[in-house]
Amino acid sequence: MRYLDEFRDPAIARKILAEIKAITSNPWVIMEICGGQTHSIIRNGIDQLLPKEIQLVHGPGCPVCVTPLELIDKAIQLASRRDIILTSFGDMLRVPGSEKDLFRVRSEGGDVRIVYSTLEALQVARDNPDREVVFFGVGFETTAPGTAMAVYQARREGVKNFSLLASHVLVPPAMKALLSSPANRVQAYLAAGHVCTVMGWKQYVPIVEEYKVPIVVTGFEPIDILEGILAVVRQLEAGEAKLENRYTRVVRDEGNIKAQEIMQAVFTTVDRKWRGIGCIDQSGLRLAKEYTQFDAEYKFAVSDIEVDEPEECIGGLVLQGLRKPTECEAFGTRCTPQTPLGATMVSSEGACAAYYNYQRIKVTR
Amino acid sequence: MMCLAVPGRIVEIVERSGLKMGKVDYSGTIATACLEYVPEADVGQYVIVHAGFAISIVDEEEARKSLELWSEIEEANKKEGLDKFGMPLENSGVDKGDQTQ
Ligand code: SF4
Repeated sequence: MRYLDEFRDPAIARKILAEIKAITSNPWVIMEICGGQTHSIIRNGIDQLLPKEIQLVHGPGCPVCVTPLELIDKAIQLASRRDIILTSFGDMLRVPGSEKDLFRVRSEGGDVRIVYSTLEALQVARDNPDREVVFFGVGFETTAPGTAMAVYQARREGVKNFSLLASHVLVPPAMKALLSSPANRVQAYLAAGHVCTVMGWKQYVPIVEEYKVPIVVTGFEPIDILEGILAVVRQLEAGEAKLENRYTRVVRDEGNIKAQEIMQAVFTTVDRKWRGIGCIDQSGLRLAKEYTQFDAEYKFAVSDIEVDEPEECIGGLVLQGLRKPTECEAFGTRCTPQTPLGATMVSSEGACAAYYNYQRIKVTR
Repeated sequence: MMCLAVPGRIVEIVERSGLKMGKVDYSGTIATACLEYVPEADVGQYVIVHAGFAISIVDEEEARKSLELWSEIEEANKKEGLDKFGMPLENSGVDKGDQTQ
């Protein structure tokens, strides 16, 4: 078993689809939180295979997409300094700031380097003791353990020229915020499997109880997603709201305790602004007091920047499941992955990019 | 790419700067991942890796169970002659929502 092909088996997929069709009698709006799942749904055309009563809307689970513009501008400010090496994941280099992106800064002579892991960034710091190395880290509970480990290691080894410009965000507060919105259409959630892998899935119990929405934890392969949808529709049709884990091969009830421990040691929870959505209470992580020396914002006193989003971009509404990318005037014309106007067109996990890459251009226009 | 984690098989375990690291094989592409968060991980096991960190060991037993469920249905259907080509149960009269295609 390689845990891939088996979960892409078309025969099983057809069976689950038939089962979903058989039990669906009402219209339902289901949101998948995670951008990785959005990507898989669009790539495999799952949304188009479902009975027409079921509408999938795409959630805010794309780290690149929800990173506030101010922070991108701060990264650009730091990367423009000659004494700093700015490191980040590749996707972040293309995200438009208010004037330019990090690739541009690099072409203008800034030392911007792509890394695949926070530990590589730490290695850059060890290798360049006479320069400052900043890691620009974004992401959810899935990538936060990596950031936490790098900072933890840096402190342990006394690496003084390493610091962090980070905006880690937490998924459950955003799920609550969406359900609390008067414009909310979401009736059930597919919870992000890998976030639950780290945090466990018990943290969704209060959401299920308070908002009476089914939440099903699921994975990223077509069979995982279809099974998740089947479980959700079963509950919706029966008038139930329960929490289910359908990704048991990866997600344990309690999550990854060791990752949680290091995150707790390194971070504290704060209110955080999400690009396109706004501020969400207690939805972000920032470095704890003991680690302030590793906080790039503090270390380099990057000024607070107030910036406006490009007016044309409706990425915020897309992230809240209120609009589809194809409803944006600029989609596929003025805005493409090569010339993105908004962050949802940059990352392969962004809904706009997923629609563009898998040729959904003509579908609704 | 940050969140599109796929399972990979650990082919070698090494230590680097005091951390447990592993070489992980993703269907032929080998990359290094930090195994500190899965301390019990061993060579041959499949792990889910996110941005360079393994966050879970794939549970083979659970994987088999979740697939078996659907294979059993397939078997049962075959016995009743409903579904010998692995096609959907479209002719069994339970289908709806599809009429207007
Ligand atoms: S297509 Fe471009 S401009 Fe339109 S919502 Fe998406 S990212 Fe924004």
